[in-house]
Amino acid sequence: MVQLLQDKDRIFTNLYGRHDWRLEGAKQRGAWNGTKDMIDQGGDWIIEQIKASGLRGRGGAGFPTGLKWSFMPKEVGARPHYLVVNADESEPGTCKDREMMRHDPHLLIEGCLIASFSMKAHACYIYIRGEYVLERERLEAAIKEAYEAKLIGKNNIHGWDFDVYVHHGAGAYICGEETALLESLEGKKGQPRLKPPFPANAGLYGCPTTVNNVESIAVAPTILRRGAEWFAGFGRKGNHGTKVFSISGHVNRPCNVEEAMSIPLKTLIETHAGGVIGGWDNLKAVIPGGSSVRCIPADICHDVLMDFDALMEHKSGLGTAAVIVMDKSTDIIRAIARLAYFYKHESCGQCTPCREGTGWMWRVLERMAVGESSTEEIDMLLEVASQVEGHTICALGDAAAWPVQGLIRHFRHEIEDRIATYRSSHPVAVSNVAAE
Amino acid sequence: MSARRLAQAQPESFSFSKESEKLVTFWMNKYPDGKKASAVIPMLWIAQKQEGWVSEPAIMEIAGRLNMPRIRVYEVATFYTQFNLAPVGEHFIQVCGTTPCWLRGAGDIKKVCESKIGPKGRVSNNGKLSWNEVECLGACANAPMVQISNADGDFYYEDLTEESFGGILDKLNAGEKVEPGPQSARHASEPAGELTSLTDAALYDGSKAKTIKLPNAVGGTKPKGTKPKPAAPKTPAKVKAAPKAKQTSKAAASGAEKEPMLLKKAKGKADDLKRLSGVGPKLETLLNSMGIYHFSQIAEWGADEIAWVDARLKFKGRIEREGWVAQAKTLAGGQ
Repeated sequence: MVQLLQDKDRIFTNLYGRHDWRLEGAKQRGAWNGTKDMIDQGGDWIIEQIKASGLRGRGGAGFPTGLKWSFMPKEVGARPHYLVVNADESEPGTCKDREMMRHDPHLLIEGCLIASFSMKAHACYIYIRGEYVLERERLEAAIKEAYEAKLIGKNNIHGWDFDVYVHHGAGAYICGEETALLESLEGKKGQPRLKPPFPANAGLYGCPTTVNNVESIAVAPTILRRGAEWFAGFGRKGNHGTKVFSISGHVNRPCNVEEAMSIPLKTLIETHAGGVIGGWDNLKAVIPGGSSVRCIPADICHDVLMDFDALMEHKSGLGTAAVIVMDKSTDIIRAIARLAYFYKHESCGQCTPCREGTGWMWRVLERMAVGESSTEEIDMLLEVASQVEGHTICALGDAAAWPVQGLIRHFRHEIEDRIATYRSSHPVAVSNVAAE
Repeated sequence: MSARRLAQAQPESFSFSKESEKLVTFWMNKYPDGKKASAVIPMLWIAQKQEGWVSEPAIMEIAGRLNMPRIRVYEVATFYTQFNLAPVGEHFIQVCGTTPCWLRGAGDIKKVCESKIGPKGRVSNNGKLSWNEVECLGACANAPMVQISNADGDFYYEDLTEESFGGILDKLNAGEKVEPGPQSARHASEPAGELTSLTDAALYDGSKAKTIKLPNAVGGTKPKGTKPKPAAPKTPAKVKAAPKAKQTSKAAASGAEKEPMLLKKAKGKADDLKRLSGVGPKLETLLNSMGIYHFSQIAEWGADEIAWVDARLKFKGRIEREGWVAQAKTLAGGQ
């Protein structure tokens, strides 16, 4: 029997917005409680605690958050330090940060103060995607409350001068990549930078900067309040804590829910999302971590655990923990072709393999979805995908290649069947030239 | 990437309205001096909210304000797909068509748009509506969904069906307002029907607001009136032994804690403390940070010193249980 997360251990207690999001309501739920004590313990103590909690970044890559914070220069030199919160939530399937920002904004603001203080930053920018207009206004309102209550700002009650600014984007997925986000925040096109230098050395305006996902920052104060061991008590080794999962697609009750890491996928779907439409046996595949990870077929879904390492073993990933469920009625070739279109649309155009490769893969997949292709072309598609992967400045090239690789890995037979069916009714030789 | 160009027909001029000017000032104040170019996206957005779209004169105006080359602002306006480079309908409908919405019927939503408004990108005859397909809008647990932008703002309409969405378009066409949010019985992104979490009343009774003591705080409570010194990190090594730590361990039979010999840095090469049973890389780092580097140091510990160290480790009683002191004596002797 799997031990489900209990309400008393949930961090985002207003995830569904049924309670007051304002300062008073948030305080009643525990936000801003003991913040001064955390600051009094010092920055190193905070970083040590976050390290001990085992928190791994919630934006997709899963890099240990405490370690990331410790990369910032120990002393502030001529250049100020910055914290930048990545609220450019655009990964298909992911809709968790939105709920935190509109329903629990004070947890995020408190986290910004704690994280900034530990990294000796006096200013923080929250980069929110342009489409989240109401969420942005909500954040601005919550920040205003925090200023008025002297929780942040100059000469605040915490003794660390600190400003939070909300910045917004305008519809570019690529700006979720940390260096593209910094470019965008500086008023340029969102084209990723080469690393090194890493943002911790030269980030926003050339100053030491740490970029973190909303969830990574928003959980920090509660971790300190409850203790690192408490957070580390959930999930398997190396995959600790609680996590907000977004469950979408073919389930009876799609939802966001906070659960313990390493929960079995089946339990997650059946307990919180009302099960797969038509029953568990009607499941075809799941994309377990947002569109950028490889899909896993039903037989793996049966007993896989939802954490970084378990999904990595199946050549997939936890990513943003956005579970996209597809039942047997799904035309999976079309589903992946639609994702290929997404990456084609969102490629920033900077690196040739990605700019050209994403469009090429999409066009081939569109033809494969009707069967107008050949079996050799499947291998060619796989090869092109592997040529895009790892040959670009940022990870968007990888993210575009992985769904295609997952499709061919697990559903090659479906593509072959589709081609055979098409051929039987269209007995014309198909050109081997893939792209126009 | 998507290739986008400015519209053929452009207005003569552009200027920010009084209302917009207030917003411009608000946004400009967010960025440090000399870095005002950061405001370019917000300013283009303000221009778009004022006019409905971003025109060439608006780009020129913003370039002038921010002291940026025009081409840079042009680049930004064409790169970010949220900027409309041509006029749109009074209500601009953006249909999310990416896979999570597609799985839940975004295709049907697009068909409704085609039948009630017309082809993608074209403004309906009465100028009221226009639509486009966009990529993931980040409300996947409420799919399918659209965002509708108009003079009042930008609103998400979620949990749509062909019928409910058709009804929304009809109302907008008739000049009526429609309540945004999920068009189902849901409030936000909770599972429909009964909640599966967040039902415990104790979360909301105010008990969480009671004064707490941080679980892993070191050095006890600071005397009032002292300002935190963020620049001086507090490692346990620098903390003077608290006269009476609350966490007493079995070893502290005498009831006192005594700070053992601590070193600022290792004498020569630090010993490999991982050789002690129960000490891993993490614990070794922790011990080092406290100022403990050598077996010879540990070999000297008595009950009070053990109590002092024990109170600063997370796993109480380990020192005695694993017999560190005896091991350290052996290991120190072997050197």
